[in-house]
Amino acid sequence: MSVTSLGMPAVRPVHGQGNLHAQVAFPKAAKKELQNEQMRANIRHATHTIRHKRAGVVGEVPDWSELRDAGSAIKETVMAHLPELLEQFEQNVVAQGGVVHWARDADEANAIVTRLVQEQDTTDVIKVKSMATQEIGLDEHLAEHGITATETDLAELIVQLGRDKPSHILVPAIHKNREEIREIFSREMPGVTDELTSEPRVLAEAARQHLREKFLTSKVAISGANFGIADTGTLSVVESEGNGRMCLTLPETLITVMGIEKLLPTYQDLEVFFQLLPRSSTGERMNPYTSLWTGVTPGDGPKNFHVVLLDNGRSAVLSDPKGRSALHCIRCSACLNVCPVYEHAGGHSYGSTYPGPIGAILSPQLTGITSEKNASLPYASSLCGACYQVCPVKINIPDILVHLRDEDIRTQHGQRVDQSAPAPASQDPAVGGQDDWREEKSLTQDEGRGGQDTSPREGSLQQLGSRARRAGRRVREAVPSRGLPTQMDAMMKGASFVMSSGQRMAMAERGLPLGRVVAGRDHAIGWLPGVVGGWTDERNVPEPPRESFRNWWKKHEGETAERLERDGVSGAEDPVSADDAAARHSAATGGSPADGPGDDEPGAGPDAVAGAASESTGDPERDNIERGEGRQQNGGRA
Amino acid sequence: MSADAKTQILERLHGALADHPQAPEVPRGYRHTSELSREEIVDMLEDRLVDYKANVFRETTQTVADRIATQLGASARYVIPEGLDTALLPEETAARRAIVDPNDGRKASALTVRDLNRVDAVVTSSTVSCAQTGTIFLSGRPDEGRRAITLVPDHHICIVPLDTVVELIPEAMSRVEPTAPTTMISGPSATSDIELERVEGVHGPRTLDVILLG
Ligand code: SF4
Repeated sequence: MSVTSLGMPAVRPVHGQGNLHAQVAFPKAAKKELQNEQMRANIRHATHTIRHKRAGVVGEVPDWSELRDAGSAIKETVMAHLPELLEQFEQNVVAQGGVVHWARDADEANAIVTRLVQEQDTTDVIKVKSMATQEIGLDEHLAEHGITATETDLAELIVQLGRDKPSHILVPAIHKNREEIREIFSREMPGVTDELTSEPRVLAEAARQHLREKFLTSKVAISGANFGIADTGTLSVVESEGNGRMCLTLPETLITVMGIEKLLPTYQDLEVFFQLLPRSSTGERMNPYTSLWTGVTPGDGPKNFHVVLLDNGRSAVLSDPKGRSALHCIRCSACLNVCPVYEHAGGHSYGSTYPGPIGAILSPQLTGITSEKNASLPYASSLCGACYQVCPVKINIPDILVHLRDEDIRTQHGQRVDQSAPAPASQDPAVGGQDDWREEKSLTQDEGRGGQDTSPREGSLQQLGSRARRAGRRVREAVPSRGLPTQMDAMMKGASFVMSSGQRMAMAERGLPLGRVVAGRDHAIGWLPGVVGGWTDERNVPEPPRESFRNWWKKHEGETAERLERDGVSGAEDPVSADDAAARHSAATGGSPADGPGDDEPGAGPDAVAGAASESTGDPERDNIERGEGRQQNGGRA
Repeated sequence: MSADAKTQILERLHGALADHPQAPEVPRGYRHTSELSREEIVDMLEDRLVDYKANVFRETTQTVADRIATQLGASARYVIPEGLDTALLPEETAARRAIVDPNDGRKASALTVRDLNRVDAVVTSSTVSCAQTGTIFLSGRPDEGRRAITLVPDHHICIVPLDTVVELIPEAMSRVEPTAPTTMISGPSATSDIELERVEGVHGPRTLDVILLG
């Protein structure tokens, strides 16, 4: 199969399908999730625990910033040469006895896998956690064809048996506590007795016994891949429990579904990613098991090996020079664990297979920003910048978010904004006093006017507004409708705060107060896209707010700073440089960066890591911070 | 008839790269060579392995057989790969017996997964170990065996010759044949899927004994 017509003029981007679309738009989904207190408590516990561990193990690597630089450049190289690398990869897999399939979209991938399974004359397959197969809805598709796919990752098993959806890349069942898991197991696992307790050890043992027979007898396994190596045809799966090794080793036939962006050019590149991924992901120095295989090895492992290369919208993401770096993602989940919006809204709110900050930029790009339900995702962020700081491959998520909001405005929302004249949002008593917002507003106005970031850096208020200013400036460059983006970003900054409690949400409710506050008195916007727009549609508790954001912030500012310090988080790199630390604070509630692994899978990992090491020093981000122009009032470690 | 999937995907990708992005030079300023002494590196490996709940023992060629005997216990049927140096192993007794796997699953004498599921332990050597991360690499060499034998049994006794211990991941990876079926092991299998509480031992061997030999 050689490609004859390359470089065709304008191939129109083709977007992806499958579990990439939110069932409902983010604001509505978040509302529902917010009602789930257990979920919120669990997610908070998980994200905080993992990010502390991450900070510890990242801090002990003296060349962390060099590794990130290398990882970022390698991924950029992959994107620049993706077509050639894919062909090289194919050649090498084939040379080693594997078979390569190409799938334009979810349907095609599902059909290929289904056919391959049927050829093996079986109706049972085992699976190791794979976001790609979740993305394309493979399990459901197999079920329609009478094939039962058993998830073997403990968390996935919990989710599957509970007929639930994963809520976190790394710990998909984090929204379930041990008692709930015990109930699911006793209900769904044949042979489980009343003696099953809710001890994690006992539950894990139950899963071991439940799956062992399947591992020993299954003829076909399906996996994802963390990495595919172009110059050798090697594939790799990173995991914790050993279920990955079972799936990759014991069955006669192995089918791997890999997104085309998972490639690395050379085997040597793995030395970078095997350092970046586990520490960013589970906060371990290394995950318990990593498997590497190339095609078929006679006498060792599966006799038949197939790899399905999946596009499903990835080529569309690649076509946007400003957004394509979202494809660099190695699914470590570090950005989820530091995201205040994720922490408060929960993984299910995003709808797509890919939640959190990365999901907010990846899902709408995969489906196209004009996908109504996903169009609100780029607003599901406070632009605090923590995600960028922890990202092991330096994806500038805030930048892409702003870019996508711009795209969104250009397409549908923008038109609406243009048409419906801004409703002057004058003072709204419900907000708790206009003065509370005046200072912040004056900053954004200031920015709106000159666009020069020349104001003195001292003063927490200025710091507070700086992030939004910078983001606003970027948007403004792209969108002529002056004022709007800046306001919007100021608003977004408050969004995580708004989401942090039902009480405060009531504020957003009451006649758009938050929107008005942010829109300010220059009447720049009356219609608010995204979060606030959606939130106001959804709210129905007309209770006046007890305190304004400014007041609330005054009370909590110290706490947040302490938290950042404790987490070993501090300034970031270029995009969020300097005075943004304070803006990060404005993300209120959570915000400290620190973080978690992977796609397809670093299976939920063990917490080993005694990480001892540098708690508050040796922060890897330190270098970056010191590089960034100046000050660091929080977390500034020497 | 539409073009085949490969042709079309490649067309899409070429179209997507119409702006001809330049691949950057990859900066590889990260560490490639250890600056630690041999003892420091071995100490680090031991520390990291213990941290992951592996049991670590330092033995010499004189003491290793006794150590393996102790770890196996009096009664054990255990697997060894065909290429393992049997001089390292304890004497056979009526109750303690080594079963040799031919390192080729296609051979009649190869243990089946059922056989492997019934043995008590497996003893192998290893290719290289990385101290920085506490990681042991198995790459299917004759004294390491095929992947199934170190996976299905519940107890893995792994010999790490001291001259195979390096500090850094790049040092370790350069000693592995890229296309060999490779397993990197950092402690026994584990999960933290239930309330983030770590449980050692899910599907892989629940006990990992590491013998630092030299
Ligand atoms: S931090 Fe987020 S965007 Fe970056 S690699 Fe990890 S999951 Fe992907």
